Amino acid sequence: MAVQSATRPALSTWQRTLRTLDTVNVLGPLLAAPATIILLTLLAYPLLLGVWLSLTDSTLGTPGHFIGFHNYLVLFRDPVYRGAAFYSVLYTFGAEIFKMSLGLGLALLLNRKFRGYRIARSIMLLPWVAPTVLSALAWLWLLDPQFSALSWLLQQVGLIHSNIDFLGTKWAARLSLIAVNVWRGIPYFAIGYLAGLQAIPKELLEAASIDGASTWNKFVHVTWPLLIPITTILVSFSSIWTITDFQLIWTMTHGGPVNSTQVFTTLAYQRAITGGSLGQGAAVAISIIPVMLILAWFAVRSTRE
Amino acid sequence: MHNINRRDFLKLSASGAAAATLGPLLSTQAFAAAQSAGDYKPMFEIEDNAELQLLRWTGFIKSDEEVWDKNTERFTQLTGVKVQKQSLTWTDVQPKSALAAQLGSGPDIIMGWYDDPFIYPDQLVDVSEVCDHLGKTYGGWFDVAKSYGYSEEQKRWIAVPVGAPGNAMTYRKSWVQEAGFDEFPTDFDGFLKMARALKKNGHPIGLPLGHAVGDANSWVHWVLWGFGGKQANEDNSVAINSKETVEALDYAKALFETMPPGVSSWLDANNNRAFLSGHISVAQNGISIWHVAQNEFPKLKDDIHNAANPVGPVGHPTTYNLFTQAFVFKYTKYPNAAKEYLRFMLEKEQTAPWVTAMTGYVTPALKAYSDLPIWTRNPDITPYRDVLVGSHFDGWAGKPGKAAARALNDFVIVDMFADACVNGVSSKDAAANAEKRLKDVYS
Repeated sequence: MAVQSATRPALSTWQRTLRTLDTVNVLGPLLAAPATIILLTLLAYPLLLGVWLSLTDSTLGTPGHFIGFHNYLVLFRDPVYRGAAFYSVLYTFGAEIFKMSLGLGLALLLNRKFRGYRIARSIMLLPWVAPTVLSALAWLWLLDPQFSALSWLLQQVGLIHSNIDFLGTKWAARLSLIAVNVWRGIPYFAIGYLAGLQAIPKELLEAASIDGASTWNKFVHVTWPLLIPITTILVSFSSIWTITDFQLIWTMTHGGPVNSTQVFTTLAYQRAITGGSLGQGAAVAISIIPVMLILAWFAVRSTRE
Repeated sequence: MHNINRRDFLKLSASGAAAATLGPLLSTQAFAAAQSAGDYKPMFEIEDNAELQLLRWTGFIKSDEEVWDKNTERFTQLTGVKVQKQSLTWTDVQPKSALAAQLGSGPDIIMGWYDDPFIYPDQLVDVSEVCDHLGKTYGGWFDVAKSYGYSEEQKRWIAVPVGAPGNAMTYRKSWVQEAGFDEFPTDFDGFLKMARALKKNGHPIGLPLGHAVGDANSWVHWVLWGFGGKQANEDNSVAINSKETVEALDYAKALFETMPPGVSSWLDANNNRAFLSGHISVAQNGISIWHVAQNEFPKLKDDIHNAANPVGPVGHPTTYNLFTQAFVFKYTKYPNAAKEYLRFMLEKEQTAPWVTAMTGYVTPALKAYSDLPIWTRNPDITPYRDVLVGSHFDGWAGKPGKAAARALNDFVIVDMFADACVNGVSSKDAAANAEKRLKDVYS
């Protein structure tokens, strides 16, 4: 000890604390702690509470009793829930396909330098940055059975003779909502793909051209393979947002007509908040989680890659 | 007819001509003006430094909130209790009050809708003293109003019924006459004949079948009850699958055939727009369409009139209305101040000018207010005076409560009608489908 004292001067408490903090095992967890606490409080707790509520007969203002999987069993034989599950999948799947293909097309167009391309890129983002409720209200007018500007336009060019009932029948309403979601989501894909296209080394495309590859072949064999990682990210995140979409559908149809545009989120809200059956509403919401987990797994995996 | 606000009303009250008809009201106004803070005798012992937060729906008619706020100011002057009001679109009040009930925190008083208080009755302050006092003073409550405020389970009043933005028929007189009807039909048969004739002339009627919380629920319940159909029995057993329901659905199908395309997607605002733009000739609605026409559509206003809802085979009115009541959450620090505020606002000195200013948009839940001069000032206002007579609450003849609220918010009855009318499902199957859904709800 005497030798040590001679070679290493005694450290003050403050210095010892700093030294302890400056180790990976301490500093790492310490820096991660605030984010962890926030995540646990704002994400994990509500999620676990939701799971718990879904296993109870809780109503608004009452804690309820544990009833096991009764809420889920009731839901699985409920035609409204089954309809909501069907349309949630259709809405997400249909919208993603169109958003992806149209977004890619738009990105390919905007990847070229033409006069005013910067302005065009900014304008393209408008549907994405506009508040969902506002764009939903605008679309509600555009698709209104009596005052639809879209119907008016089609009548002016002689394509139809009376207004189209966009939201009044089952399939028309379902497809109309998908179309609005596509309109809203295209910019996200376009901007993502634009970034992906600009990251492709020009040398690869030049080499393909020298080898005599056609434009289509260059796209299929060079561009698209290099866009696959970003496609996975874009589709995964967009699917999560689409399957949890609420505002657009609630504003435009409230899940009607006859529940044909009901999705998980609108049904959960209807059951839990306006209907007061918190337990069953929670069960509707929690029942999306397996799908969300699969999508999240794809998203995380693709981000790592 | 002009939009009458409180100031206009007071001017009218002061005039000699108006004095004859507005006598009772004039005297109460004078009383209110003369009363000072020193004279004011509250019914409840108001807590020291009490302050209240009120959440209410945004007035459908501008003058509603103007007079409401003036009445509130008067309450503050007399009692020293500050009242902070927040207004939300009517459909946004319900989620906010649900949140308050769940968290045990939020506005002290909420003016909510339909069965809201029956979803969380344990969270609510007993307002029996207020309701007993008002009931005794003003001729008692309409039956339907009592159903929305008094909990049979708890044997107490859990909410103070305020009134109904009631429903009647708003129609274009010239088109109805052109269809061969000098007067608006008073029964279902006549109404259907008129609807067919109007369609033939290119002026269809329009009743919403989308998930319109107010307007779709209103007319389908009116038809259902008009034929004697009901959602549940008094013991809450499901009763929808009946001969009467099938008859109601058959009738609705026949009506639907006369309506323009698109009614199946209509939400609450659509019928107002379609009517005022001339796309439809008849709408079932609150007085707001007529009120707006009087003030903003000078070319149309003389052709737009109101009539009571036609009566179905049951032989009595079966109008279904929006209904608003005020409830106080137990988490409030100032329950007495809240009760005093509600009592004050529903006393004649406040309610009379409030109802008058909004030309009867809200039909008060207390019977004595049927004598207010506003109801007879114009024959187009009179139908709204009686909307609570014979009216039922949603879920009738079952009990108001969680199951009824769930069925209403799940649009079970609206969907049953839409299933039959829009999806082409047979009336029997539509009733059977609704029965299955209701059995889940009431289980």
